[in-house]
Amino acid sequence: MIFFKRTLPLVIAFVMGIVAISIYYIPHQAAVDLNDLLSKWDRIIAAFAAFLGVYSLLYLHAGRLKRRQAGWGYSVFVYLGFVVMLTAAIYNNGAGPLVALRKGGAYDWLYTNVFVAADASMFAILSFFIASAAYRTFRARTTEATILLVAAVIVMLGRVPIGALLWESMPELQQWLMNVPNMAAKRGILLGVYLGAVATALRIIFGIERSYLGGDE
Amino acid sequence: MQRLTQFACIAALFWTGTALASDAVETGTGSKTPVPDSVRALPPPLPTQIRAADVPSDNGKAVVVTWLPDASTPSLVRYQVGVATNPSGPYYFGGEAPAAGPLVKDDPKIFGWSPANPDHQFLVVSSYMVPPATPEGNPERVELRPDQTYYLRFAVVGDSASAELAAPMSVTPRQNWIKLHKLNNLIFGLFFGVVILSFIEFARRNPNMFIRKIAGLDAVEEALGRATEMGKPVYFVHGLNSMGEVSAIASVNILGRVARRVAQFDTTLKVMNNDPIVLAVSQEVVREACIDVGRPDAYVPDNVMFVADRQFSYAAAVDGMMMRERPATVMLMGYFYAEALLFAETGNVVGAIQIAATDSYTQIPFFITTCDYTLIGEELYAASAYLAREPKLLGSLRGQDVGKAVLIAILTIGTALELAGIHWLTHLVAPL
Repeated sequence: MIFFKRTLPLVIAFVMGIVAISIYYIPHQAAVDLNDLLSKWDRIIAAFAAFLGVYSLLYLHAGRLKRRQAGWGYSVFVYLGFVVMLTAAIYNNGAGPLVALRKGGAYDWLYTNVFVAADASMFAILSFFIASAAYRTFRARTTEATILLVAAVIVMLGRVPIGALLWESMPELQQWLMNVPNMAAKRGILLGVYLGAVATALRIIFGIERSYLGGDE
Repeated sequence: MQRLTQFACIAALFWTGTALASDAVETGTGSKTPVPDSVRALPPPLPTQIRAADVPSDNGKAVVVTWLPDASTPSLVRYQVGVATNPSGPYYFGGEAPAAGPLVKDDPKIFGWSPANPDHQFLVVSSYMVPPATPEGNPERVELRPDQTYYLRFAVVGDSASAELAAPMSVTPRQNWIKLHKLNNLIFGLFFGVVILSFIEFARRNPNMFIRKIAGLDAVEEALGRATEMGKPVYFVHGLNSMGEVSAIASVNILGRVARRVAQFDTTLKVMNNDPIVLAVSQEVVREACIDVGRPDAYVPDNVMFVADRQFSYAAAVDGMMMRERPATVMLMGYFYAEALLFAETGNVVGAIQIAATDSYTQIPFFITTCDYTLIGEELYAASAYLAREPKLLGSLRGQDVGKAVLIAILTIGTALELAGIHWLTHLVAPL
């Protein structure tokens, strides 16, 4: 049992890790074909995992409904949404589930007029959240917050016509802020990120980090 | 290409005719007859040093033609390459380059940083177009095949005349086993790998090695303790990445450590997932962590849940749960996009202590603004090792820091050398 729970996953992680790294440096057609094959496997596994996600979601909400847990009304909406969308997709504007999705049917209508609208509303809330977060951050109580406030004001003004109207060099200054200090910080973070990713990958490939398997390392 | 050949012959005839006509005009009896434009057409000069070669470091499906353009070449000409599998043809259109096309020195990926002929022009040919058999058909693009010998005809095509290389060139594309232009990447990767593995080995022998403090990770204990005292749940929110990305693996590793602590404290841990594979791994990790600390009963399958696979549906659902349950601690781990602020601001509103870790540099400012602690970039990858406090994992952290020091040194020296007009270090580390 230990072999299947520990040894085999570690061997697979090691072999696949080495293979994936090698493929990156080998241009030979055999490596390209192997890469394509692995990508297909990845997509197939992901497709099966989608069923797992749907099962988990429905099982969780079925339990909440059964127990009449607080907020069970939301679970009704989960089931309602799932059943309505599934029915519309199967009906497929009268063409049935075995042909490609038809345009202009109930599924299309629900997607455009319910899902996209709800998604856009959620995205729109972001602007209010940005405003409230900015208000808290830009209160110049510390040196760092003051620097942040000044930089933000320059960048905001430099990107709108009124900035150039106030001071003609404002757009150039905001561009400099974006291209030099901002870019330098961004690249510094990215270098650290890539190095961290290499270290994590090595720990996993060589079986030093095992917590992703669960249990004790 | 046959048309091109015919056109070249006609152009050559025109050129001969033009020469004769101009002779006639010059030696004539003084009558000034206007010369037609077509007769004036001269073929553009053929470049010299035309060569065909296999493209290095590829899968054997491309060849490259290089040439030294003639200084007197008009700017409107095009260099065309015809491709055939037999020297006698038929030749099909393989590609063309403008007169002001790329130079060999502009493409270090193929020719290296110090090519022998930097001012030569080049054209990469990876396929050729076979005309349709019928007028209503479409031309077919045929890719070059490895180990097949191809014959290339080179021509310079002007507005009204063209010139063609007399003999075709032969070239055989070959498959290669290493991308030479990625050799610097491989060497740096191996170097950092050796550094990290060496420090892991070093840490095994010296378990008390000093590791810099990471405030956000020191606060994990405090945050989990707060949740225990308040009797409220801990929320662990995964980013939008799938299990194929290292940041997702790093998040799952952190989850394992957090789940162990939460099980020991007998607190509720709720894990939000937006990817089914991450869900499956998270369930297993939390379950094993609970078993590992002798609290298998602490694992509640419903608490490791799949929420939604769409970005804003995920954000809406998690925010809704936060507002209803008011968790004491929210941990946001992984790669986030626009939903980052939606999570963090909601967590702030409900008064949760928030620890975020992300390698998404665009979202870092939002987390710094709204969260109590933010792990920036590589600290996400360091977190699991830091929380484990295991010597061999901490060794990799030290290796990471040494790697960073080396990079800072290279950047400093490289900047100084660039300012002095010396480019070799930039070329050495440039990604191709």
